[in-house]
Amino acid sequence: MAHFTKATSVHDWVNQRLGIDTLRRVLATEYWIPKNINFLWAMGMVLAVTFALLFISGLFLLMYYQPNTHLAFDSVNDIIMRQVPYGWLFRDTHAVAASLVFLIIYIHMFTGIYYGSYKNGREMIWISGMLLYVTFSAEAFSGYMLPWGQLSYWAGTVITDLFSLGSLHTAGLVEWIRGGYTPGQAFLSRFFALHVVLLPLAVIGLIGLHFGALRIPHVNNQDGEEIDFEAEAKKYKSGDKKGSKVIAFSNDFMSKDLFIVSIYLIFFFYLVIFHNGFALDPINFVPADPMHTPASVEPEWYFLWSYDILRGFSKNPGLIAFAFAQGIFFFLPFLDRSPNATPASKRGIFFIWFWLLVIDMTALTIMGKLPPEGGYRTTGIVFAYIFIGLWIVFPFITKLEKKVTGR
Amino acid sequence: MGKDRRWFMGKAFGAVATVGAVASLYGMKKTWDPLASVTAAGFTTLDMTKYKKYNHLYIEQWRGKPIFIIRKSPKMVKEMNSSSNKYKKQDEDRDIFIAGSHFLVCIGICTHLGCIPNYRPQDDNFLCPCHGAMYDFSGEVTKPPAPRGFDIPPFKREGNKLVLGLDSPEYQKLVKEHATLNKA
Repeated sequence: MAHFTKATSVHDWVNQRLGIDTLRRVLATEYWIPKNINFLWAMGMVLAVTFALLFISGLFLLMYYQPNTHLAFDSVNDIIMRQVPYGWLFRDTHAVAASLVFLIIYIHMFTGIYYGSYKNGREMIWISGMLLYVTFSAEAFSGYMLPWGQLSYWAGTVITDLFSLGSLHTAGLVEWIRGGYTPGQAFLSRFFALHVVLLPLAVIGLIGLHFGALRIPHVNNQDGEEIDFEAEAKKYKSGDKKGSKVIAFSNDFMSKDLFIVSIYLIFFFYLVIFHNGFALDPINFVPADPMHTPASVEPEWYFLWSYDILRGFSKNPGLIAFAFAQGIFFFLPFLDRSPNATPASKRGIFFIWFWLLVIDMTALTIMGKLPPEGGYRTTGIVFAYIFIGLWIVFPFITKLEKKVTGR
Repeated sequence: MGKDRRWFMGKAFGAVATVGAVASLYGMKKTWDPLASVTAAGFTTLDMTKYKKYNHLYIEQWRGKPIFIIRKSPKMVKEMNSSSNKYKKQDEDRDIFIAGSHFLVCIGICTHLGCIPNYRPQDDNFLCPCHGAMYDFSGEVTKPPAPRGFDIPPFKREGNKLVLGLDSPEYQKLVKEHATLNKA
């Protein structure tokens, strides 16, 4: 048994039993962050805070929400929105956060792609991040079902119908997922269970993995510089804080992170209180009606780019293209054949590839919002082909890339 | 000796855990199957003499899904059988003659991704609001992205009535002619 001495203070008493000084050293005061990073490196903390907002607002919504096809709609739109004092605040916070979390995820992802933060030892950071993206997508979808409005019902129908897998006609699989021939009580209850228990737990576990994956390769920096963290940490600890290329995670780096979080939160609650309409589609304020499809069924903005790839083609090719679009980002670290983990601006043709990808995905997002007819349909298919083409040429253009030396 | 015993305990736990995991997964899978009360309610009887109006879309429900019924007017039948009809063969295969009239009877769900198309009586066709697929008045697809015409529910004739949900040789003939996927 370890040796315990009479405690000199409460801190010492706890420290002897839990080792909080060691914990603090490992997680904060001696966890080193490069100095040459910009505000884009704060997106991780912004995401963590947004998830916390989702969790807290969700917990309070859960106290009044009824997962029953007859009661769900009114429990959201009447009880929570009208009767519960400040219920609207929790609902709008939840909806706005669900929308913004994807905006920040995309910024976070494309920051990683631009600065090469997914390779040369940082592959697990990328993969765990992609798993988070997928889990958040499942959270978004399952949460979308809960108000049991027209869009909940019809988006649920369309998305579960994807599992008939085109010409494979696996109707049995679709009915198994729904627990019926069409979405009904069984469907609502199971997506409710996934939304409030399993998926949040998965998100929390994956955030742990994501942070853990950062530990050994450390955070990248905006110059793609390979920093000797041990040497720089030694310099910092010996008092040469100015000469050292690193700072401690907390409180030094965190002060900057949390400053950006404050700006974000002001913007966030401005949206929640004054401009929450973008996060709630008016069609979903009509109760679910299995006998009537609303005039336009489209997903939230963050799924539009892959949705436009899906609907551009006929059924089977559409499904394959959709699966490709969803899956291909996972393989980014392995498709990139270049030895450089430097900013895109130093990587020649990769720089052009990066911006083409951003422009193409933005265009697909806009096309997904437009009706799938005539010229829009053709343009949508062109952008879908460009998306696939960009990924096909990606290994070749990165293979041609020369090693960047000197900075 | 100690090592042998530890080896045995490890393997024993592995065996118990494997059986337990497979059994639990099977149990979990079964809990998601549609309940017996849902599958038992899967029959609908249609009295076809009730649908008197020509070229009018009647909507009934079977297994929570809309069933489209149109009594084709003599003009529509003529159009269907004319050699200028691009979909003559498919339209005739899909046609159901009962209670002295030609009928469209189908599941009113777009075969693309499951939305309910709207009927446009002035054009005698269906348009899906989700992704723009179109169908003629016999339910055959005339414009993608829908991969095939409306599916036809399994049915059995009982006089002038159709019982949806029951299989019959007539229905299986439609399946063989590729007029519908087998929904029985």
